[in-house]
Amino acid sequence: MLASDHPARPDVLLEFDDLGIRFGGNQAVQGVTGRITPGVITAIIGPNGAGKSTFFNLISGFYKPTSGRILFGGQDITKAPTHEVVRLGIARTFQTTTIYKELSVLENAVLGHRVRTNSGLWDALLGTGRERRQRAASTEAAHVALARAGLAGQEHTLAGNLTQEAQKRVSIAMALATEPKVLLLDEPAAGINPEETVNLTRTIRELAAGGLTVVLIEHKMSMIMTLADHIMVLHHGQKIAEGSPQQVSRDPAVIEAYLGGHAEPHVKQAATEELAAEQAQIQGGHHA
Amino acid sequence: MTNKLQQAAVSNTAARRNVMQSGWPWLLVAVLAALLPQVIHNTYINDVAINVMIWSVAAYGMNVMLGYAGLLPLAHAGFFGIGAYAVGILTLKLGWNFWLAWPVGVLICSLLGLLLGLIAFRTRDDVFAILTLGIGVIITQVINKWDALTGGNDGLNGVQPPQFFGIDMGKSAHFYYLTLVTLAVVIFLVARVRNSLFGRSLIAIRGGEDLARSAGINVYTHKLRVMMLSTGLAGLAGGLYAVYIGFLGAAVTGPATTFTILLYLLVGGVGTLTGPLLGTLIIRVLQQSIQGLQDYQYIVFGPLLVVLVMFFPAGLAGIWTRVQAARSARIGQGSKEVQDAGV
Repeated sequence: MLASDHPARPDVLLEFDDLGIRFGGNQAVQGVTGRITPGVITAIIGPNGAGKSTFFNLISGFYKPTSGRILFGGQDITKAPTHEVVRLGIARTFQTTTIYKELSVLENAVLGHRVRTNSGLWDALLGTGRERRQRAASTEAAHVALARAGLAGQEHTLAGNLTQEAQKRVSIAMALATEPKVLLLDEPAAGINPEETVNLTRTIRELAAGGLTVVLIEHKMSMIMTLADHIMVLHHGQKIAEGSPQQVSRDPAVIEAYLGGHAEPHVKQAATEELAAEQAQIQGGHHA
Repeated sequence: MTNKLQQAAVSNTAARRNVMQSGWPWLLVAVLAALLPQVIHNTYINDVAINVMIWSVAAYGMNVMLGYAGLLPLAHAGFFGIGAYAVGILTLKLGWNFWLAWPVGVLICSLLGLLLGLIAFRTRDDVFAILTLGIGVIITQVINKWDALTGGNDGLNGVQPPQFFGIDMGKSAHFYYLTLVTLAVVIFLVARVRNSLFGRSLIAIRGGEDLARSAGINVYTHKLRVMMLSTGLAGLAGGLYAVYIGFLGAAVTGPATTFTILLYLLVGGVGTLTGPLLGTLIIRVLQQSIQGLQDYQYIVFGPLLVVLVMFFPAGLAGIWTRVQAARSARIGQGSKEVQDAGV
């Protein structure tokens, strides 16, 4: 049951009930029910085409679900337009690094803060005090967001001239400038090297430590195992498992999903052991 | 096609700001322009200059849509026509004062722009361009057929030039200052819009609608407002045109005029502050100087445009920014610093 009758439950920030979307005959996401706990890093994993990005598009307001509903802080946001979802406090990044490459790093972050300002065309034409105040406030908020994303000192660089990792950080800074409660990261480590991945992992951990709720989609298992407090597994658009990294990595349904139904039993066994070994190694390294 | 134009606008925006940041080159141009009729007493040059300035205002109107928001509005001349006819009808048939009819014409254009936006912004990119092109044709047809209101095929004759505290604005030199002040105010306002939070949100929409939405920008309302600004500026130019020419016909409100304004933008530089003025000036002066060739002038214009689009897709203002960028790269030796627009 959903907690709409007592909306201010502190242990649930975002919840979704029987969430689904159908594109023509293709049921991309189906009957996903779950919740996101505040202050926790949740990872969403699953094989390619499992519906992870579609799921993100649903909870960030980009797609409108064809079934189910989404509650954020007890408020129904199922039908809310994207900018309203962002205003309420859900920010996202995209799988492919999407930033304004022809603008400076600072200007990218300033755009992220637009949702917190209401200065319009008349303010622009008349050069009102509101316009000036909000412009100053946006610049300040952008600097804060850039510092949180680890980009301090690069404000005046053209975003397109940055490394892949730094561009990922710009997209995170843009999301942070919206002053979100929940940050949705769609494959933040895609296309960057292992060393950069470690640095980015650290940044995400710092953001979570600062009280931000993080939900991420990721394929790099090492990153998930070090970062995630909680994992949700999607397969064919449905949630097949959920739990701590340890629980999920031993779940037969998860192993089945990743290796396919036709894999030989001994292969599955080997894969499970390999995964457990990798995980133990990471955990060890992490605590050392 | 829209994508190509957007790319040109994007490449212009990046390096453009060094020059535009400081107002003094503009002030210099304004002072020189103000001195022109005092130095050269030539009604022909005066006439060319007035036309350049009127059409520049229209071009700035198109630029806020195409250059900033990345939307190609092909009903632009229609709104220019609505502004012109509003002034013509209100002054001729209702006996209104020009100084009242002019802003009312602008208001009508803005409101009709809002109406068009409510429908047209359900579409994107090329479909949007084609839809607005259709609306533009409809506007021209309505003007052409609605005899009782617009004079139909015969047009509206004898729109009177305004008086300004007893000064007859009909005198070419006086009208010159009216258009100059109008253009100066328009450039000032457009520059303000460009640097505002609103204007930067437009640039964000041009750069990618989905990304703009993820940044929390209400794309739809921003588009509606920039549409109102764009059609309002078209109407502002139309009102001046009506009292300057004194005669209105439906032909000037058609797609051919829209594409001429687009030509000014392409030549001058889409998405720049100088582009609309520069492009209008150069094309119109060029047109005047090869007028003797009559229809053969297109033999000159055609290839010229092809060369320009091929080698200078960012327009004349783009050449300037390219030179600037090359120079700063030499000086800075790989310094990747860029200016922010007033941030």
